[in-house]
Amino acid sequence: MIQIYKPNRANLNTSLSIGLPIIALAFIDFFGNTFLNTNLTRFLPNSLSYFFPLIAGAVGLYFIRIEYSGIRILDNFNKNVNSTTFNAVLTLLIIFIFFKYTPPLLNWLIFDADFVGSTKEDCTSDGACWVFVKVWFKRFMYGMYPNPEQWRINTAFFILFALIGAAFFVPPKFKKYIILFMLFIYPIIGIKLISGGIFGLKWIETGAWGGLSLTLIVSAFALILCFPIGMFLALGRRSELPVIKYSSIGFIEIWRGVPLITVLFMSAVMFPMFLPDGTYMDKLMRVIIAITLFEAAYMAEVIRGGLQALPRGQYDAAKSLGMGYWRLHLLVILPQALKLVIPGIANTFLALVKDTPLIFVVGLLELAGMIGLAKTNPKWLGMAIEGYVFAGLVFWVICYAMSRYSQRLEKRLSTER
Amino acid sequence: MSKIIELKNVNKWFDKFQALKDVNLEVNQQEKIVICGPSGSGKSTLIRCINRLEEHQEGHIVVDGNEISEKTKDIEKIRAEVGMVFQQFNLFPHLSILDNCTLAPIWVKKLTKKQAEEIAMQNLKRVQIDDQALKFPGQLSGGQQQRAALARALCMEPKIMLFDEPTSALDPEMIKEVLDAMVDLAKGGMTMIVVTHEMGFAKEVADNMIFMDEGRIVEKAKTKDFFNNPKSERTKLFLSQIL
Repeated sequence: MIQIYKPNRANLNTSLSIGLPIIALAFIDFFGNTFLNTNLTRFLPNSLSYFFPLIAGAVGLYFIRIEYSGIRILDNFNKNVNSTTFNAVLTLLIIFIFFKYTPPLLNWLIFDADFVGSTKEDCTSDGACWVFVKVWFKRFMYGMYPNPEQWRINTAFFILFALIGAAFFVPPKFKKYIILFMLFIYPIIGIKLISGGIFGLKWIETGAWGGLSLTLIVSAFALILCFPIGMFLALGRRSELPVIKYSSIGFIEIWRGVPLITVLFMSAVMFPMFLPDGTYMDKLMRVIIAITLFEAAYMAEVIRGGLQALPRGQYDAAKSLGMGYWRLHLLVILPQALKLVIPGIANTFLALVKDTPLIFVVGLLELAGMIGLAKTNPKWLGMAIEGYVFAGLVFWVICYAMSRYSQRLEKRLSTER
Repeated sequence: MSKIIELKNVNKWFDKFQALKDVNLEVNQQEKIVICGPSGSGKSTLIRCINRLEEHQEGHIVVDGNEISEKTKDIEKIRAEVGMVFQQFNLFPHLSILDNCTLAPIWVKKLTKKQAEEIAMQNLKRVQIDDQALKFPGQLSGGQQQRAALARALCMEPKIMLFDEPTSALDPEMIKEVLDAMVDLAKGGMTMIVVTHEMGFAKEVADNMIFMDEGRIVEKAKTKDFFNNPKSERTKLFLSQIL
């Protein structure tokens, strides 16, 4: 029948009056199934009944697939989502899946969820128990950092965000100084503020740090440090001096070949053995160094990709103008290579942020780690889903912001046209 | 006139392939030399050896009194005195035309930004693209890019200019604007070594012509003699094909 009947401009009205009702039927059946608990196609065999909306929808869409119908909306629709049977089925599938699974998800997340109360017993409905997150919120943010001192973390991050904000809004002339301050001076201020021990601030050892603030501290330090190290490794790997070249290759291949979790474990257990007796290196610092070196190896390969993409003519031109190795790389090669690999750098940075939960192996509990701890509290058993959904959401927000920023940077630096 | 470049028995190999065979050449100050020859004959390699973008394995190259070899400590200093224009322009795409021209003067010659920009604008005006100074290379036509590349090299105020097939990557219409700029430069008294197939340009500008084949200098002669009565058969054949 489908072979014989070909919807076209000549039988426009007939085709539409066959096609649209069939599509309507498909949707009515689908919504009846999903929301009203009725099944219009009960008389059909089970599996056929289940797929009826999809089949009917595809048939209906076939009838309205009319080239140059003269109706604008229909033409656009056909061109964009209904160009072939395959696209039609895909469109239907996406619509059906969206409507089938979004409402229950929203119900669990919001409409059936519990927000008020202070114990697990206050969660009486079917949905998520956000009371858990509410009660533990401070722990999720600050870890075991003592409550009366938490203003210090708040202040440190407030200053950081204020600086970032300022960097976006001040004229370009001052931006340079703000960024330099943020990279070289602020980290010391921030760490001193949080760790204390000077200016009458109470000393708080890093073992007590935790939660989201620790996630951000570890990520920020590792990000800032792994970038230049990766850059030097990438240059080193391309160096003509054999010692530099092969030690760079060795470094990169060793760190890339080992799982991060083992690296962290070694940093905690084995590294102290190599230190002279009596010296002590803070656990957090060891972890940051381990993550930094680990990610630097990845960063090096990403940057090397950019270096290799540049034509030899760029080197020739820079050399012919009298630039030596460092000027050539810093002024001509790296600015172009780094711009080329912004997506790869962003990728590595996102991976780094999402790798931070692994520091639990040395006993440091950042956001996900704190949730892992809270869910084992006898009063709050069974709250794992809420906890990890919350963690996922927070990580997603951080990573999405970074991803957006990298795209913005890519656009801003583009000089193609 | 005093010698500014001297090549003595220069040999160069790429692995087993010998690219230059016993090349001898002297260039005086303000002399203009055009090198021609079939592709793969070593023309580009020869001028790239002069600022050591390629290394030669045997023989001596002396530029402005400095021997160029692996022992040369500050090759950058010599390169800063030898400007070069490439077939593919090789402008820095991440910088504006003006920044392309001021980058090396600021960072290599340590001029102030203001001085460098002044010199850059003079040179851009000289090649008639001062109105494009703030654009990026990707926004310019091929001819404009090549003139910008010429201006960039001139901003270092070089004693010698090397041209490596400067018009080979250009549309026919744009060749003239680049050649005009080069003729203008030649009239200003610059020492120039030009690898090109533009024989019209050669006749107008060159003092001496060099014909290369298979890594050897086959013929070196005054421009008039070179075109009117070439001595070697190989040169005659080449000229009959391209003229």
